[in-house]
Amino acid sequence: MIKTDVLIIGAGPVGLFTVFELGLLKLRSHLIDTLPQPGGQCAEIYPKKPIYDIPGYPEVLAGDLVDNLLKQIEPFKPGFTLGEAAVDIDEQEGGSFIVTTNKGTKHHAPVVVIAGGLGVFVPRKPPIQDLARFEDRGIAYIIKNPEEYRGKDVVISGGGDSALDWSIYLADNGAKSVSLVHRSQSFRAHPDSVQTAINYAEQGKIRLLTDAEIKRIAGNGVLNSVEVFHKSGERESLQTDAWLPLFGLTPKLGPIANWGLEIDKNAIVVDNATDYSTNRPGIYAVGDVNTYPGKLKLILCGFHEAAIMAQSAFKRIYPDKKNVLKYTTVNGVNAF
Amino acid sequence: MLFKMSTITITIIDRNQETHQVECPTDMGLNLMEVCKSYELPVEGTCGGMALCASCQVYVESSHELTERSDDEQAMLDEAWYVEDNSRLGCQIKLGLELDGLVVRLAPELVETNDW
Repeated sequence: MIKTDVLIIGAGPVGLFTVFELGLLKLRSHLIDTLPQPGGQCAEIYPKKPIYDIPGYPEVLAGDLVDNLLKQIEPFKPGFTLGEAAVDIDEQEGGSFIVTTNKGTKHHAPVVVIAGGLGVFVPRKPPIQDLARFEDRGIAYIIKNPEEYRGKDVVISGGGDSALDWSIYLADNGAKSVSLVHRSQSFRAHPDSVQTAINYAEQGKIRLLTDAEIKRIAGNGVLNSVEVFHKSGERESLQTDAWLPLFGLTPKLGPIANWGLEIDKNAIVVDNATDYSTNRPGIYAVGDVNTYPGKLKLILCGFHEAAIMAQSAFKRIYPDKKNVLKYTTVNGVNAF
Repeated sequence: MLFKMSTITITIIDRNQETHQVECPTDMGLNLMEVCKSYELPVEGTCGGMALCASCQVYVESSHELTERSDDEQAMLDEAWYVEDNSRLGCQIKLGLELDGLVVRLAPELVETNDW
């Protein structure tokens, strides 16, 4: 059991800065995030894109902002549970919470802050009939164990890095055949991977089907064929043991939607007049995941919310202690 | 009068085939996704306009000459659903005077569960 003062769900920019604001009040934090690295969207989706509205930075790359935030919170030694999704929350007697992840990791804290942004990133599923029927029966969106595909006919869809990298990997590592189906002729992937895939196609190691799309699937209990619709109007059926639609990730609110929190349009309703608390005492929400009249989904607004919330969290954890706002310029940052 | 001159009218057909004629200023750097959201049409704009989610996909039904798809937009449309030749991402359509009278239809919404 991981114990901390404040459990932060979501390690994006706002979750990270929450650690800082709590640290100034000598509160320890632990973060949970489904992504394998901290930084949320900034790190996962657009690390090389510039942001222009962070106060004091005329321009900063999203990835650099994350690096700087990690440096800023270093003195407060936050804990991380990465690559796991917070799934269940159990309120204990006395009002503290135990939060359990999908991998069973348990965290105990008197205060929980949801800084979940757009939610958890999940694979984008194609809108195809019967898709769910063959999930884990031939269809997979995430390759957990590549050995599963040894000796198998595999069809992969997508035009990004993961589609190309897995096509190449499985062609090199024992798949009986690999077909890569992509809607266009160009790929949004590392040029080296694209070149390798093209070379493999010429050598017959990968069958490349461009300007093509899988629109139907069939099987008997398990998947056994997919139907490819070519832009030319032709159709062909491919016998296959597996279809891996690798179309990137999309955010969903996910399990926190079932935590008894008031939700409005995929966001958690908070009390912005006071402290960004939710309808459940002890659970707060800051950053893009919350909503209130006049809400702006900006990183800088999330930073502000984190500072206000931290004061309230302190009062909840230490109801009898007096707390005075101290300026870092006067006091410095006192590491743990 | 000045105000009128910088405003265009566009037609947005929603997913229930209802037609909305909306006025848009052209001097605020707005894109079509933002206009849909400001009129509370059911466009998510999940990624905030970075051509990363396709939730603002529209079909352009008038014959306006739009700027060409950027590489980012093309790549997203290559992996999105229900894509047609006249598909565009609303967030990549900057509204200027030349788009007065534009007609677009919202692409189907993905009915997604909260499965994750």
